[in-house]
Amino acid sequence: MARYALKRLVQMIPLLLAVSLIAFALIKLVPGDPAVVMGGSNATPAEIEAIRRNLGLDRPLHVQLFSFYAALFQGDLGRSLLLGQPVTEALLERAPVTLWIAFYSLVLTIVLGMATGIVAALRHNTIVDQLVSVFALLGVSIPNFWLGLMMIVLFSVHLGWLPTSGYADPLADPVGFLRTATMPAVALAMLQTGLLTRIVRSTMLDVLGQDYIRTARAKGLPEARVVLRHALANVMIPVITMIGLILSVLLSGSIIVETIFSVPGIGSLLGNAILRRDYPMIQGGLLFVAATLMLLNLVVDLLYAAFDPRVRVDR
Amino acid sequence: MSAADLAGRPGLLARLTPGPAVRRLLRNRAFVAGLLLFGTVAILALLAPWISPTDPNRMAVRFRFREPSWDFPFGTDNLGRNMVSRVLWGGRLSLEIGLWVVMLNAVFGVVLGAAAGYFRRLDGPLMRIADALMAFPAVLLAIGIAAALGPSVATVVIALSVVYVPRTARVLRASVMVVREQDYVQAARAAGAGDGRILFRHILPNCMAPLIVQLSFVFAYAILSEAVLSFLGLGAAPTTPSWGILIAEGRSYIREAAWLTVVPGVAIATTVLGLNLLGDGLRDVLDPRLKVDA
Amino acid sequence: MTPPLLSAPLLSAPLLSVRDLTVTFRAEGRTQAAVDRVGFDVAAGEVLGIVGESGSGKSVTALAVMGLLPANGRVASGEILFEGTDLLRLPARKMRDLRGRRIGMIFQEPMTSLNPVFTIGDQIVETIVHHERLGRRAARERAVDMLARVGIPSARRRLDDYPHQMSGGMRQRVMIAMALACSPRLLLADEPTTALDVTIQAQLLDLLNDLRREFGMAVVVITHNMGVIAEFADRVAVFYAGRVAEEAPVEPLFDRPAHPYTRGLLASTPRLDADAERLVTIPGAMPNIAAPPPGCRFAPRCGVKVEACEADRPPLVAVGDGHRAACIRAGEAAA
Repeated sequence: MARYALKRLVQMIPLLLAVSLIAFALIKLVPGDPAVVMGGSNATPAEIEAIRRNLGLDRPLHVQLFSFYAALFQGDLGRSLLLGQPVTEALLERAPVTLWIAFYSLVLTIVLGMATGIVAALRHNTIVDQLVSVFALLGVSIPNFWLGLMMIVLFSVHLGWLPTSGYADPLADPVGFLRTATMPAVALAMLQTGLLTRIVRSTMLDVLGQDYIRTARAKGLPEARVVLRHALANVMIPVITMIGLILSVLLSGSIIVETIFSVPGIGSLLGNAILRRDYPMIQGGLLFVAATLMLLNLVVDLLYAAFDPRVRVDR
Repeated sequence: MSAADLAGRPGLLARLTPGPAVRRLLRNRAFVAGLLLFGTVAILALLAPWISPTDPNRMAVRFRFREPSWDFPFGTDNLGRNMVSRVLWGGRLSLEIGLWVVMLNAVFGVVLGAAAGYFRRLDGPLMRIADALMAFPAVLLAIGIAAALGPSVATVVIALSVVYVPRTARVLRASVMVVREQDYVQAARAAGAGDGRILFRHILPNCMAPLIVQLSFVFAYAILSEAVLSFLGLGAAPTTPSWGILIAEGRSYIREAAWLTVVPGVAIATTVLGLNLLGDGLRDVLDPRLKVDA
Repeated sequence: MTPPLLSAPLLSAPLLSVRDLTVTFRAEGRTQAAVDRVGFDVAAGEVLGIVGESGSGKSVTALAVMGLLPANGRVASGEILFEGTDLLRLPARKMRDLRGRRIGMIFQEPMTSLNPVFTIGDQIVETIVHHERLGRRAARERAVDMLARVGIPSARRRLDDYPHQMSGGMRQRVMIAMALACSPRLLLADEPTTALDVTIQAQLLDLLNDLRREFGMAVVVITHNMGVIAEFADRVAVFYAGRVAEEAPVEPLFDRPAHPYTRGLLASTPRLDADAERLVTIPGAMPNIAAPPPGCRFAPRCGVKVEACEADRPPLVAVGDGHRAACIRAGEAAA
């Protein structure tokens, strides 16, 4: 297992290099002079020159690329024009917020998605099944940020139950965390819950028709044990492979959802950076999120190997 | 056409004639529901210039913040603009962007996917590039690209295409690789057909089903992502409203005029729901093995 | 002179007695009978072979005995008496208690019948722990013992293997070990060897034969292979289109088949290992049970049919000692 983990870690390196190359290339997409765009219309020529020097745009491309990677290997993603703070520092400061909300949202997604998917499969072709299918379809069709706005209208403006914005640390103030993070987490969870429900439902239907389920019943096991042990263990396999996709949607959704709920995480940091054309921050943020995701995916893969004996032995 | 071509492909003619597939589609409830929903939205958006009660940008300050009523079914905004007109015109732009993304996906997805799937030497490099692009979350990369290019409709189209073309190419590559190994392709090769002829006459026509299914989902994602980009200020200018821009504008008045946000959101959800149903139906009928790929 | 039908049950009640069993399936709004008033007995320690083509209702009958019919199937009428109790009237909990403990079952597909994500030891132990007041350690010992008895080499080590690490033959042995782990009185074996290599088929039949003597259990073996019947069964019931066509001890059935269908079956089995699935000598195909012919269901394919065959369902009539056939011409044919 440890060897497999190490092997996967090594395999990640070329992909990481390619991903950082894309992040580097992003600034080259800026039409015209990036320094002028970043400086805005009120910038003096001296200020623009300062930006240009700060980003190293005055040097030849290969030198820029080299120093980009040299800095990257030391964990240096440049300096934010907006905050005057190193990008890495700003990202690390806010990463816990985003990760906590993403984790909360992931838990919601898995609990809701699995529960509804399993119930729909067990009540196949009944009204319950159809209601779940409609719910799942709506989930994948509603824009998450719009759902967030609608929740603000209902729970904050009309009912006054939850605050429209803010954040509290879950370890220091769990109630405050639940009050502030629930709406963002639900908004983020909606899309993947719909996806997961559909996949769990169809996998469960497939698994329940398998021969080994009939064997489990022929052994005289109670139906609850047949479903919750024999069937569920097999349903978990595609669910785990989906976690990577779920996390990816969660993290990209956080930009807009955190902006709406004014959550002080990476998402709102990037949202502001986009509005203000803070390219080092955009570039660093994208790279940071992509790398985080690759690491999380690695964890998911190891989990997958733990759940599916066929993979574990084959590798 | 050689004898081997004819003998080896009994199913091809049947698949190319629309009859049975169309009949099966029309019996598929998801497809029909999706067609009705999306068709209605598309027709309304198409007819926007003729059926809009007013110009979408015509301001009438004395009608500011009118709640939805008989005169203004969707209400009016902070400048007294009629939301019916704005939603219809917004739909026109949103669907137009979605359609561009779908067309670019069809062209580049097929070219790159077929190249990777058919020419083994191109497969490695092309797929590594796709892997790197797909390591970023879809919407996040689109945001990054759009942020670099600066706000415009073309930006949105380009950003979303860069994000979704690798995914479409992957779907096509997979089906090309399956079809490439079929007996009738081997037979055609043995009969001396060249790469171009094999690819265009024998392989690609048999990869259309997964492509069509994929494109219907790309359309749905494009509508959703366009809303996100526009909401973040990376899309069209406010004078040419898309649904995402309408939501962004409505957000400022969400306490006193929630309808400004509700209506465009419902429009997006209806469209995407229709496209998802359409895609589900197409997949069930044309290509039952295909799985959801986001 | 024919003996009365009740002679055997008077001496000792059969272990399993299926009476007038009808199983219906709903498909696309229509209800059709896959099994139509079928009856047979299995005495303690006896091996009953049920032979028939696919779709003749033999597997459905076994699933009905286990209470494991698929969701769209249901027992419409009849009785299934096991040790004197009607299984069909048993509450679900009691029925579950019988499954795996008093009645075991093995299936045709060893490749897919074991859960891929659990070790085989885990799956055997689970059955034992569930049915008997036995600690996990003792249950594991029993599992090792069972694996050894079904002929799995170095059983203790293989206990922690996953199904995909074993061959089909080995997996079927595991299935047998699992089914016998609680020493059932009755084993239902649905095509136990069909999916396996010919050489492994023979080994597995020998094993089943040894085990049923050792455990003193009765076996219902379902097959379309007359070779399996000849080698393994004491008595045979021939199924055709959801009905019993003929029932007899093995020797009289092979020597003096009374039903034209049985004769066709045997005629198309020149070698004992040939499959009844590939019937070449009987023209036509089994009727669609959704729209069965009136009267005898074999009549459309029968070479000796008379007008009366197509009028009423032929009753099972005795043609010898424990030998019955559902053919109105059975008397003449046997003579």
